[in-house]
Amino acid sequence: MTTRESPIGEDDLHAYVDGRILPDRVEAVEAYLKANPEAASQGAAWRTQRETLRDQLAAKASEPIPARLRISNIRASRRHRQFQQFRLVAASALLLVAGGTIGWIARGDVPTLNPAQPVMVSDAISAYRTFVVDATHPVEVKASEQDHLVQWLSNRLGKPIKAPDLTRFGFRLMGGRLLPASADDVAAQLMYDDDRGTRLTLYLRNGEKGETDYRFLREGNVSAFYWIDDGLGFALSAAASRERLLPIVEAVYRQIEQPK
Amino acid sequence: MDETAILLEQHIPALRRYAYALVRQHDAADDLVQDCLERAVRRWHLRHRDGDLKAWLLTILRNQFINIYRQKRRRGMHFALEDIVEPAASDSAPDSSTAIRDILAGLDTLPEDQKSVILLVGVEDLSYDEAARVLGLPVGTVMSRLSRGREKLREYLETGRTAVLRRVK
Repeated sequence: MTTRESPIGEDDLHAYVDGRILPDRVEAVEAYLKANPEAASQGAAWRTQRETLRDQLAAKASEPIPARLRISNIRASRRHRQFQQFRLVAASALLLVAGGTIGWIARGDVPTLNPAQPVMVSDAISAYRTFVVDATHPVEVKASEQDHLVQWLSNRLGKPIKAPDLTRFGFRLMGGRLLPASADDVAAQLMYDDDRGTRLTLYLRNGEKGETDYRFLREGNVSAFYWIDDGLGFALSAAASRERLLPIVEAVYRQIEQPK
Repeated sequence: MDETAILLEQHIPALRRYAYALVRQHDAADDLVQDCLERAVRRWHLRHRDGDLKAWLLTILRNQFINIYRQKRRRGMHFALEDIVEPAASDSAPDSSTAIRDILAGLDTLPEDQKSVILLVGVEDLSYDEAARVLGLPVGTVMSRLSRGREKLREYLETGRTAVLRRVK
């Protein structure tokens, strides 16, 4: 069936209204509209709508941009916040290491402090070490009940979560479990594995403050990337290289960003 | 000004327009744009280099909008789209001719996904595929939301009533 022969659809009418119709369909659509006054008036109404909407919103797009939206100002306020966070961490670090490092810092050779490495990431790595070696019960709820798993963990965390699809990296979801965290908080662990038996966990924990870029940490043979987003802390851990984990963490990050 | 800033700033007018059409309050719209830009700066390394920057930014903005909406609902606030939009123009008696009503007020009566697809395709000039990516939906679904939205809007503009209200009557 060639495009020319296929019957006119609503998608053709929208494409016609939006100026996205393919040249070889124009004739067919116009003939159709001529023969179908109902569809013609529908199309005309859609077109008027489109134009009116554009007109009414045009003024908004031509307003001068407020200063606070300039990228330089957005960056400056971000740096300001980061600096405050850094100062807090640096201050507590100084108290801890008092003596020795002082002279070092005085030389201007300030070591880069890892700002606010959350407890979360050590807990995530411990959970990783505990459960990846478990041959009989690595997960509490299996991936075969994925909907139930995701719903249950979302309810317990008090935030909608999802199990990212990592099949294009060769990792399949095995399942997940609920874990205790500090005070009133809970954590969830999703476990994946590949054909070679490499296991990877995504640890999620509620009650985290702020928002951070992802950071990398290596503890023994375990690599972990961790970040905080919208009140949830995330840590992706595996006994794999940073390079292997990096594209996976980016995929997780992207999938989580989609609200659906 | 560096290249990133130039690339991003080009899209600020469109972001403000889309945000304003969603929330219908000038300050709240700019808050949304600011959040979106902060996120974009932070995640600059995550954008698809070959992808369309405008579509990427609109995706971030819409996700932020939906997250705020969800959070407010979770906190138990009575929250509907209508609560954050300015009161619609008073409903004058239905004009039998193609009444000139405030089309933005009509848009506010639509569910968010239908509203967004109309804006992204009709105002922001995204292709159907790009709009589908922004909304995280298959393109077929996007087309049917576009049809439903445009028809409801047509009904609103012609009669001043939403299809839902008519069905209830």
